[in-house]
Amino acid sequence: MTTSSTTYVLRGARPLGAEPVDVVLADGVVAALGADVEVPGGAVEVDAAGHVLLPGLVDLHTHLREPGREDAETVASGTRAAAAGGYTAVHAMANTSPVADTAGVVEQVWNLGRQAGWVDVHPVGAVTVGLAGERLAELGAMADSAARVRVFSDDGRCVHDPVLMRRALEYVKAFDGVVAQHAQEPRLTEGAQMNEGVVSAEIGLTGWPAVAEEAIIARDVLLAEHVGSRLHVCHVSTAGSVEIIRWAKARGIAVTAEVTPHHLVLTDELARGYDPVFKVNPPLRTAADVEAVRAGLADGTIDVVATDHAPHTREDKDCEWGAAAMGMTGLETALSVVQLAMVDTGLMTWADVARVMSTAPAAIGRVADTQGRPVAVGEPANLVLVDPRATRVVDGAAQATAAANTPFQGRELPGRVVATFLRGRATVLDGAPVEPAGAVAAPGVAR
Amino acid sequence: MRHLLSTQDLSKDDAILLLDTAAQMAATQSREIKKLPTLRGRTVVNLFFEDSTRTRISFETAAKRLSADVINFSAKGSSVSKGESLKDTALTLHAMGADAVVVRHWASGAPHQLAHAGWLDAAVLNAGDGTHQHPTQALLDAFTIRRHLVGLRGGAGGAGHPDGTGADLAGLRVAIVGDVLHSRVARSNVHLLHTLGAEVTLVSPPTLLPVGVETWPCRTSYDLDATLAGWQPDAVMMLRVQRERMSGGAGAFFPSPLEYTRRYGLDGRRLALLPGHAIVMHPGPMNRGLEISAEAADSARSVIVEQVANGVAVRMAALYLLLAGERDDRADAPPAPAATEGTAL
Repeated sequence: MTTSSTTYVLRGARPLGAEPVDVVLADGVVAALGADVEVPGGAVEVDAAGHVLLPGLVDLHTHLREPGREDAETVASGTRAAAAGGYTAVHAMANTSPVADTAGVVEQVWNLGRQAGWVDVHPVGAVTVGLAGERLAELGAMADSAARVRVFSDDGRCVHDPVLMRRALEYVKAFDGVVAQHAQEPRLTEGAQMNEGVVSAEIGLTGWPAVAEEAIIARDVLLAEHVGSRLHVCHVSTAGSVEIIRWAKARGIAVTAEVTPHHLVLTDELARGYDPVFKVNPPLRTAADVEAVRAGLADGTIDVVATDHAPHTREDKDCEWGAAAMGMTGLETALSVVQLAMVDTGLMTWADVARVMSTAPAAIGRVADTQGRPVAVGEPANLVLVDPRATRVVDGAAQATAAANTPFQGRELPGRVVATFLRGRATVLDGAPVEPAGAVAAPGVAR
Repeated sequence: MRHLLSTQDLSKDDAILLLDTAAQMAATQSREIKKLPTLRGRTVVNLFFEDSTRTRISFETAAKRLSADVINFSAKGSSVSKGESLKDTALTLHAMGADAVVVRHWASGAPHQLAHAGWLDAAVLNAGDGTHQHPTQALLDAFTIRRHLVGLRGGAGGAGHPDGTGADLAGLRVAIVGDVLHSRVARSNVHLLHTLGAEVTLVSPPTLLPVGVETWPCRTSYDLDATLAGWQPDAVMMLRVQRERMSGGAGAFFPSPLEYTRRYGLDGRRLALLPGHAIVMHPGPMNRGLEISAEAADSARSVIVEQVANGVAVRMAALYLLLAGERDDRADAPPAPAATEGTAL
């Protein structure tokens, strides 16, 4: 495995927010860590005083758009954005064109990720052929491919047929896979534009009721229990969903769940201005739902924060709300939004942030052998250094993602990624992406 | 007032000024020469992304009676198909120097975007957007109600003027009946009538009331007979029921046209439940035999045809206040219509 030849010493970094130490990164691993470490000659000094050191972030839910929609994002631009946001691994969703429903497509995405070299790219495989919800894709072939797919999802669409969902849950047990469900009952959401409630009634947009999400989650946790499979629930957005998942976990069902950064802070009130940048699926919900997903994340009901980074071209957003594409970018704002919603509010510690943005997603995605590791000597140097005292004003045009559809445009957010390290190599330094020097081997070959 | 996008944006004073101005406009329309020079040299674009011959003709007539130059721009199918985007259309109109854009659009919020996205600096008049708002329809309805009913329930009274000039609609009761869920007319009316002091009851099958309606400033009922007999509305406004609402199999909003008519249609029997002075309204086009029977539509209480005539006066008032009102800021501002004593106006 290729690693960095440069040795770094992070001076005064606070691992998971703890007391400051010096951290030496050499030969791709954490070589030393402590108050009084021996620093090899020629090491690059990084002033990390007051900065928090976390394991590199792992996103379970990223849309990289390639192949097919390279006008919105490419693997290269999307993973560059991921590195800028503090990520060292992303799971690339399957709703590309062609759909990632064969070993060939997932290997293509995996290879593009390796060539780009910004983060580890783990392709997600489609559950059904063409995301059509009619028959299983060749899940085993994708699992056995070089991409070693472990997460399967029709994200963007719900695996709504109960028999098909049951079969998928059962089938992926053969290779320790997980089905990540986009919970949306399709018949209850035909033509849906935004959360169904007080705001939709008033502004005349077709409603996307909470029950359409909750009904699928309730069904799926019971299916998972019945067949003894694990289930992952994508982008939980309602208070009712949190309650159902809390119940399922108490019952011992192997369910995990994610929440997006935007559902932690934004509400459906934003639809009143009809700016399609706030159009997303599942839709922004009410303030009560925001409170519930925050509480669920804090108490562990929701396991991870996943971005659902969904880049779109300007023409897909510069139009009528009803004609606009759903989705918002998130990779470069996620950590700041989590700090805003969870850390600065006292709901979580930085150690909790490491858990929900790195350790837990790495475990769910079955990449915990290299990602989401403890910040400790001998561990792979997949790390992010964040300055929690910094603030910045978000500007979509200045982001590394090729798309500008950030819902936080013009907003001041706390925290700034100072440096990101992928196996000891800086992908971000002094807050700026560092172009990789040629292709870097990604994991999966030697494992 | 810079734009007319939603009746929710109108204060009571705004609304009464619009109605009073419409009354003055209406007075000019009984003259032999109906045309006024007020908006000479101004350009009004009728931008219609959805077919609506009636509304377009009403706005076109209003603008022409005020001597504006009128351009009709039918952009049906744009944006969702491969046609021109809303943004490009707006930039085009801006480049052509439109002073006002009257927009009808299938998408809720499109007029709001035209007004606020920075593509265009013309005044924007919402002529109906999706299932959101249709403010001039609500204004013409309020105008019609005021003409017929003001003073009947006390309230602010007619202010001594026979057509109710200066008055609000305090104390009047209006029942709005039918497909509220998909109705921009209902949304516009609920807010405007509330602002003007009237009480509103929405009568609808539960499937056609939006989730969230409980926060609206009105009451709701599932029972038309009980509302007519027990609440004794002064005006009954029947909403158009679109035939596609009954199709869609399991997703249909009610079982059959006949059942809808039995439970929510206005017919002669129900007409007889109303107080003697009550009027019957419909924004058109009507489905005779579905939401309203021919007997009710053609009865002496029906003011449906008058609504159409009042629509021109109300749209003249809206165009006047948006365009000439804006000119009041300049040194060469013409006198407001109230001061012209009916000659030049």
